Amino acid sequence: MELILAIAAGALYGTGFYMMLRRRLGQLIVGLGLLSNGTNLLIFTAGGLTRARAPIIAGDAQELARPYADPVPQALVLTAIVIGFGVLAFSLVLAHRVHIATGADDIEEIESGQ
Amino acid sequence: MRIALNAMLPLIVLSPFFLLPLVVRLGKQRAQWAALLALWPAVLAVYFGALMRQVGQAGPVQASLGWAASLGLELSFYADGLSLLFALLISGVGSLIVLFSSRYFDQDPRAGRFQAILFAFMGSMLGLVLADNLLALVAFWELTGFTSYLLIGFEHERAEARSAALQALIVTGAGGMALLAAGVLIGQAAGSFNLSALLARGVRLEDAASYPFVAVLVLLAAFTKSAQTPFHFWLPNAMTAPTPVSAYLHSATMVKAGLYLVARMTPLVGETPLWNGLVTAVGAITMAIGAWRSVAETDLKRVLAYSTVSALGLIMMLLGVGTEAAVAGALVYLSAHAGYKGGLFLVAGTLEHEVGTRNVTELSGLRRSMPVLAVAGLLAACSMAGIPLFLGFTGKELLYDSLLGAGGGWGPLLLLAAVGASALMGAAAFIAGWSPFAGSGGPAPEHKVPAALAAPPLIMAAAGLAAGIWPGAIDGVIGLAVSGVLGDAPPVRLSLWHGLTPVLGLSLLTLALVAVLFRWRIGVRRRIEPLRMDFERGYTLALRGLDALSAWSLRALQGGSLRAYVLVLIMIVGGLVLTVLISQGLPGFPDVMDVQPQEAAAALLIVGGAISAARSKSIITAVLSLGLTGYGVGLTFLLFGAPDLAMTQFSVETLTAVIFVLVFYHHRSVGPMSTWPIRLRDSLMAVLFGGSIAAVLLFVGAADTPLRLSGYFAENALPLAHGRNIVNVILVDFRALDTMGEITVLSTAALGVFAVLRLGRDMKS
Repeated sequence: MELILAIAAGALYGTGFYMMLRRRLGQLIVGLGLLSNGTNLLIFTAGGLTRARAPIIAGDAQELARPYADPVPQALVLTAIVIGFGVLAFSLVLAHRVHIATGADDIEEIESGQ
Repeated sequence: MRIALNAMLPLIVLSPFFLLPLVVRLGKQRAQWAALLALWPAVLAVYFGALMRQVGQAGPVQASLGWAASLGLELSFYADGLSLLFALLISGVGSLIVLFSSRYFDQDPRAGRFQAILFAFMGSMLGLVLADNLLALVAFWELTGFTSYLLIGFEHERAEARSAALQALIVTGAGGMALLAAGVLIGQAAGSFNLSALLARGVRLEDAASYPFVAVLVLLAAFTKSAQTPFHFWLPNAMTAPTPVSAYLHSATMVKAGLYLVARMTPLVGETPLWNGLVTAVGAITMAIGAWRSVAETDLKRVLAYSTVSALGLIMMLLGVGTEAAVAGALVYLSAHAGYKGGLFLVAGTLEHEVGTRNVTELSGLRRSMPVLAVAGLLAACSMAGIPLFLGFTGKELLYDSLLGAGGGWGPLLLLAAVGASALMGAAAFIAGWSPFAGSGGPAPEHKVPAALAAPPLIMAAAGLAAGIWPGAIDGVIGLAVSGVLGDAPPVRLSLWHGLTPVLGLSLLTLALVAVLFRWRIGVRRRIEPLRMDFERGYTLALRGLDALSAWSLRALQGGSLRAYVLVLIMIVGGLVLTVLISQGLPGFPDVMDVQPQEAAAALLIVGGAISAARSKSIITAVLSLGLTGYGVGLTFLLFGAPDLAMTQFSVETLTAVIFVLVFYHHRSVGPMSTWPIRLRDSLMAVLFGGSIAAVLLFVGAADTPLRLSGYFAENALPLAHGRNIVNVILVDFRALDTMGEITVLSTAALGVFAVLRLGRDMKS
């Protein structure tokens, strides 16, 4: 399974950067989103995959039943998802403002200040 | 008494800095009050004299000031004959300069600032010659350069002053960098940064692998600071500084820091063919060029500046010859030069102050209206020209004597150059010190020269005569300084009369040449003036090249194109990762094919979404494809025991898609904008980069990570935090502060989003 998820993460990174190299504002932000998803998947997979129960102690138990999925990478990824969302939302609005201010959609056009 | 003198050394060296607040206030008072400032350097001179006596009896002293003892840092100072000779010159000449400046800047609102920078310079210079630690020496070295910058550019409203100040700073600062590198190399090779320890152990770096670098770097620092050819151009330009500065920094003290460095380093890195050859050759060339130009100038200060360059070269050459007689000659010459050249500069400054010009061709006949100044000028000129009875004569005798004795085929050539340069310098001496007072006509000053202006040059000039007549007064000091350079040297005996020797013949020949050159000085100047070499050109070209280089690198590296940055980033990171992967061998595939259908479906969703996003023609398709990958990732979370993540991922993905569509609904984007070769290049990059990320992930997966941390959380979540969902407990309890930071970030982002949207609305309305 690691192989397949590694390919999936690689695909997200590759397409993410490909999109960031395009000239449209919208594509840039979509690329950022792809990268963000890729990173979450990367951390999650790197933390070790367990096809097991979630790390939640059952209502009547006093201890976590083994085997359980590793909670530490999950905590990290949860943070990453939320921060990634914040970054994406802000970039989106920023791109929107740039579009309104310059009337352009082409990054090269915006960079050259035309 | 002895212990007290030792222990006071650090405080004494730093005292000019401590006094700065007082100096600023007192310096701007009327001249008779500001003149009181001259007392402190005089006190310092007395102190250094007393310390010199003690060093003569009991050997060099070392004293430290605890600074950050726990880090092994302390400010330590080391005083031997060599450093004390310099310290005496710095404080003694400094006292006279401060006295002179108090009158020179009388009623000038900038006087307080001037005196303060002068004191800061004095402290830096004392620190330089008395520092024990090599790195502290470098720091004080740079401080002298910095204060020199402030003083050359003191009249900062003039563009000429600013550019001269910057030039001096850049040239000597580059040398300072070289010195820092040399200091570090010496410390590495010798195992200590403390001069006292290195000198006491008799360390020699000659056999160290880094020796050639050390030697060249040290000499680069010395040559730039002491205005040796081809770096000498900054010194004549520095004459835009107020005259007391020229007298003090650019003649008597700071420019001699390079000579101090060469002398100080001789026991450590000197006395090799490389060292002696370079020092002698550069010194001799500088001596010749400086002397040649000095008689071609008409500005009094530039005449003196070029003759200073020449004298610095001469002393450098003697240090390069390196015999006992030569080193003694160098130090006598150096002391004599500090007196007569400081005096001549002050004479020139007074003339400018009183008459309003320092052009030689306009000044004449002033001996009647300024008799005291005329005497000062004449005495200083006599010493500079090497007239018998003056210290300059003693120095010149030692110069000729050591060159006659020096072996090697270069001896006669050096002697010839020395005689020629001495004759030219002698002529320059009378041009600067006597021709303004000789003859008749010329401008008439309005009033008498104030005593505070006339006295300092007179004292400096008279000191040269006194020391010349009574050499016994200084030969102990010179002898101690020589032993600081060459180890235990036999005591130096200076005398006025050496008998009828070849040296005396050379001195008389020189004086005859001086008379001839001075008599026909106008013709000589006219012939020499057009013959000039532009050494400044190298500096100008180097600066221009640097400008061009930085402009080019800015364009190349910071072009302002986001896509170029991303591309560079991908190439570097991907390249590094691939290099490591290939050198380590690609990872194996441990039981990776164990896949269940629903898992394969999730992965397919991700990959399909990603490809579809990259290929989509409209932004809406791209956003929806992005959403697909997000759901695929969420599904993966769900399948591998992370329901919290899955829920978060699903909601975030939905929100993202909604916001995207709201913002980009109106963007019409159809068809690719880049040409196909660019898209092909980017695709290749993307595949390579994605591939390297996948490979890294397989690598990481292959390594078995222990679950110690996870075990701790799993065991303690219920008893300590009373929570059953471990991930939640980690976030809101064990790592609650992190989560708070995260909330702050999110709130800031939300505020940003709100502000940017509002901004748009306001602009529209």
